[in-house]
Amino acid sequence: MKRILSTASTEFRIALRNRWVTIALVLMAVFSLVLSLAGSAPTGGLGVDRLSVTVASLTSLSVYLIPLLALLISFDAIAGEAERGTLSLLLAYPIAREEVLIGKLAAHLAILALAVLLGHGLAAGVAIWSDQSAVEGLPALWRLSWSSILLGATFLGAGYALSSLSRRPSGAAGLAIGLWLGLVVLYDIALLAAIVADNGGWFTTEAFPVALIVNPADAFRLFNLTASGATAAAAGVGGAADAIPLWHSLSSILVWPVAALALAAAAFRKVTP
Amino acid sequence: MTSTLTISDLTKRFGEVAALTGVSLTVAPGERVALLGHNGAGKSTLMKIILGLIPATGGKVTICDAAPGSTAARRAVAYLPENVAFHPALTGEEQVRHYLSLRGERPRLAMGLLEVVGLAHAARRRIGTYSKGMRQRVGLAQALIGHPRLLVLDEPTSGLDPVSRREFYVLLDDLAAQGASILLSSHALTEVEARTDRIVILSKGRVVAEGSLADLRRRADLPVTLHVTARNGYATDIAQSLPGAIMVDGALHLTCMQADKLQTLGRITDLGDKVADLDVLPPSLEDLYSHFSQGNAP
Repeated sequence: MKRILSTASTEFRIALRNRWVTIALVLMAVFSLVLSLAGSAPTGGLGVDRLSVTVASLTSLSVYLIPLLALLISFDAIAGEAERGTLSLLLAYPIAREEVLIGKLAAHLAILALAVLLGHGLAAGVAIWSDQSAVEGLPALWRLSWSSILLGATFLGAGYALSSLSRRPSGAAGLAIGLWLGLVVLYDIALLAAIVADNGGWFTTEAFPVALIVNPADAFRLFNLTASGATAAAAGVGGAADAIPLWHSLSSILVWPVAALALAAAAFRKVTP
Repeated sequence: MTSTLTISDLTKRFGEVAALTGVSLTVAPGERVALLGHNGAGKSTLMKIILGLIPATGGKVTICDAAPGSTAARRAVAYLPENVAFHPALTGEEQVRHYLSLRGERPRLAMGLLEVVGLAHAARRRIGTYSKGMRQRVGLAQALIGHPRLLVLDEPTSGLDPVSRREFYVLLDDLAAQGASILLSSHALTEVEARTDRIVILSKGRVVAEGSLADLRRRADLPVTLHVTARNGYATDIAQSLPGAIMVDGALHLTCMQADKLQTLGRITDLGDKVADLDVLPPSLEDLYSHFSQGNAP
């Protein structure tokens, strides 16, 4: 436990000095403020409180931003140590590889959690300050906060796995950007293209819901939109939210962090320094 | 007393390539052993197997009666990798505190360790601002944590200036006197000469020679080179009285066998004032190494 704590505090210090903490906090704060200030426009027609609308916008933003931040923080975790020559030294110490991963995860997840809570706190503050009824949106915002942190954990785990696989920071960075583009951007485009081509056949009714659930980013969006009933404010793939039961997407966002960490541990175990 | 490190008939293959073949070696408590060999001779591979970082293909390694990589072995062994570079964003003190915690020691001991390696003045500066020699000292500081039974040091003095190298070997002497075994690799013969008890020469993954340096020199019986500088105008005189000498850059180069060394020196001394200077060059590590690695092992 002492070893994990020491690893976590060392990693947190490194992230602080590398400005990752600042970058994450500023990004989340700025985007949350902009969205909650701009969120005032569409409220009238929808008949929902102001914060719920902001939550819908924040959900769409988080799908892109949280995985990106998580991968940026984590891609160097193993490959960087290998390049500096400290990995062989670290592994010669009486510390298990899993302990190394858990220590790093604790630090990196704390950074993401700080950023998410700061951003969401600001958004809630702005919404409630200008519209008292926005308090009704707080449960949705809270749901968004903890699911964002879980989404972050998933992509941190994925980042460690890629970092272990590539052994070099430059290679790991490339793989991380590739994964982000693939899961967060191209995946949805491919699904939409397939739906158009399928024209309401087997793919649309059977495969499409499953495809949404197995992608952690889509499951996250689906979960938050379904739960807040804000599908009206969302478009595109999010529009499918009504058709899929809540517990499907919930299980996906709960299972993925564990699966991603298991993948990371398996990949790290294969690394020979 | 039982040995700290025992290696018997160790073999390591990477696919078709044999990195180590039939290596046997023991290191007793308090013994300082230098592992010599060119790049690719298998020094680092041997060290990584001892540390349990990579598995052996065949043979047996025990460290203080434990298997390499086991928790007991990892507690007993300290390691200094070659060309280690710590995270540039941490200070020397923070880095050593972290390593202390990993070994279950009190982080407060960090400053004392940095003082021992002469880095206390820079302890609160970031490692990113350190020179290569200073980074190497951080590496040494972490290797001293918790009184290890065996120190495995890969090129420990690379990047250190001559004064620091001497201080470093004094440190090793203290550790050895307290019963720690030391296995270090090096390219520099002169520094391991006086500072180690035994030398092991590896070539293409095999132990080709083992013993003290004087031992190895005697066994190899390689010729000694003498460089004689003549006073102005006397070069031809000297060349005539020293058959076999050749003129190189204004100095006369002469080789003789170990057994004839004193006799040859006597002849040079007899030349008196004609000689301005004399250098005696014993066989270098290169000479010894190529001698033993070309299958001339006794």
